[in-house]
Amino acid sequence: MTSLIDRRMGIFLAGLFVLTVAVPIGNLAFDGKVVPSYIVSLLGKYLCYALLAVALDMVWGFCGILSLGHGAFFALGGYAMGMHLMREIGDRGVYANPDLPDFMVFLSWDELPWFWMGFDNFWFASLMVMLVPGALAFLFGWFAFRSRVTGVYLSIITQAMTYALQLAFFRNEMGFGGNNGLTDFKDVLGFPIQSDATRAGLFVCTAIALALGLLIARAITTSKLGMILVCIRDAESRTRFMGYRVEGYKLFIFVVSAMMAGVAGALYTPQVGIINPGEFSPANSIEIVIWVALGGRGTLVGAALGAILVALAKTLFTGWFPEFWLFALGGLFILVTLFLPKGVLGLIEETFARKKKPAPALQEAKA
Amino acid sequence: MSVHLLLDGVNRSFDGYKAINDLSLAVDKGELRAVIGPNGAGKTTMMDIITGKTRPDSGGVWWNQTVDLTKIDEAGSARLGIGRKFQKPTVFETHSVEENIALSLKAERSVLATLFHRQTEAEAARITELLELVRLEGDRHRPAADLSHGQKQWLEIGMLLAQDPELLLVDEPAAGMTDAETMRTAELLRSLAGKHTVIVVEHDMDFVRALDCRVTVLHQGHVLTEGSLDHVSANPEVIEVYLGR
Repeated sequence: MTSLIDRRMGIFLAGLFVLTVAVPIGNLAFDGKVVPSYIVSLLGKYLCYALLAVALDMVWGFCGILSLGHGAFFALGGYAMGMHLMREIGDRGVYANPDLPDFMVFLSWDELPWFWMGFDNFWFASLMVMLVPGALAFLFGWFAFRSRVTGVYLSIITQAMTYALQLAFFRNEMGFGGNNGLTDFKDVLGFPIQSDATRAGLFVCTAIALALGLLIARAITTSKLGMILVCIRDAESRTRFMGYRVEGYKLFIFVVSAMMAGVAGALYTPQVGIINPGEFSPANSIEIVIWVALGGRGTLVGAALGAILVALAKTLFTGWFPEFWLFALGGLFILVTLFLPKGVLGLIEETFARKKKPAPALQEAKA
Repeated sequence: MSVHLLLDGVNRSFDGYKAINDLSLAVDKGELRAVIGPNGAGKTTMMDIITGKTRPDSGGVWWNQTVDLTKIDEAGSARLGIGRKFQKPTVFETHSVEENIALSLKAERSVLATLFHRQTEAEAARITELLELVRLEGDRHRPAADLSHGQKQWLEIGMLLAQDPELLLVDEPAAGMTDAETMRTAELLRSLAGKHTVIVVEHDMDFVRALDCRVTVLHQGHVLTEGSLDHVSANPEVIEVYLGR
């Protein structure tokens, strides 16, 4: 049987642990001189992306479902958390209205819409962070998988799904702040959101969520169910003839993945300080696919690594030559597809295997 | 003996082309049956209909004279006890040989059961037994993609047996096998008959002769004739449409 923590997972988790300890200490103990506060939030954002990439890798890398709409689940999780943060502002908004968020006062709404009820409670909001993306994935998957929509057609309708949500969330009438989204947060669980200690805390929470996400994904993909997911990816029809109801398996992994993406979004919102309909944009969802492809599809750790590397490159590149970032990203994707079919992780592992004389790499050949 | 599988006046056309034309066929429990016929005779469509992949336009397909197979999907037919081996060997290439067998083993097929599944000793023993039967125990840890064509055929036969089906639908099992292997396959299928019902679709006449069983000749989606191999090969119509070519 395959172990839960193999070598690549062990190395990644060890690295993540060092980061989780070093970054907050470097920030808090030295008054932001060693690790500036903005770096803490930036790294926290990268880790959210990494968790999102792991979520996509479960459905795409293992089950072969190329979702081009995973940004939608991420954004929904982000909105659910954003709604709670809006409620925590209370009467400290510009209009000092104790009952309504600023944007509702501005639109002269009289009362809180029903779907905002309950979001005063952090735990209710946390539940919604997973339930709302999970429910959407269930509904969407139920119809799509039962009708045996696969391949490119499925990818296109996932893309349409996130685009439709983007348009809907742009509308002021929806009650989610229109194109400005939700922002101007003050506290999270009573801690001031701008303070260094809160930022460090959010960073640690994100790192823990990423580690848990990786372990859950690994546990699922190494189980018998995980092997059946690979069967579905490689020969769906054959899997049916063995007596497995393929739809059920796809639905399961799609929903789990959507919930994980929702958690990533929920951790993203307080660290970035805003959530708006731009997060639903189809381009965002495509970028997630690039992270996974670049890091190494079907490796989980590779997906996380890919997300971090691309996000880092994006930060640097958009600082130097902002106009060329999309060209660089596109070029990167083409290069990886052509020369690194196993992604960056595959490249690293092959390099190490070669250095260590003829290594017994056969065991790892199974992606 | 009771009828295990009954096709009763089945029709199916694709864009006006009648792939299956008033096909009736009865196979007894425990019987070994060979189905032969030229390309386009409807052999594969017949298997698709039995396993629920394709729905017939009209006619009935009955399992054990009670279950209506036209209302059942592929997974449902497999759960009833119908195992299918494909003409082109389809094994799961990224999984190891052993895992291919393990995933085929008769067991609970639900999402939760597979999520929390732990391999039992009985299952491990059964896997080894099957690997020995198909002579792949030395390759058990290799990815199935590394096997030769003939070995993949054997692996798929092993996977089929792992399902422990009541009815085996075997599509051209001897393709890509050496003469000795072909004879061994025939022997294996003969030994399965009795305990299982076996339907073999085949082109290779030597193989069909080695099966030594009742033969059904299919032509243009219809049963041309049925009987022993000698009986059907003496039929002038059969010679014209198939053997004479």
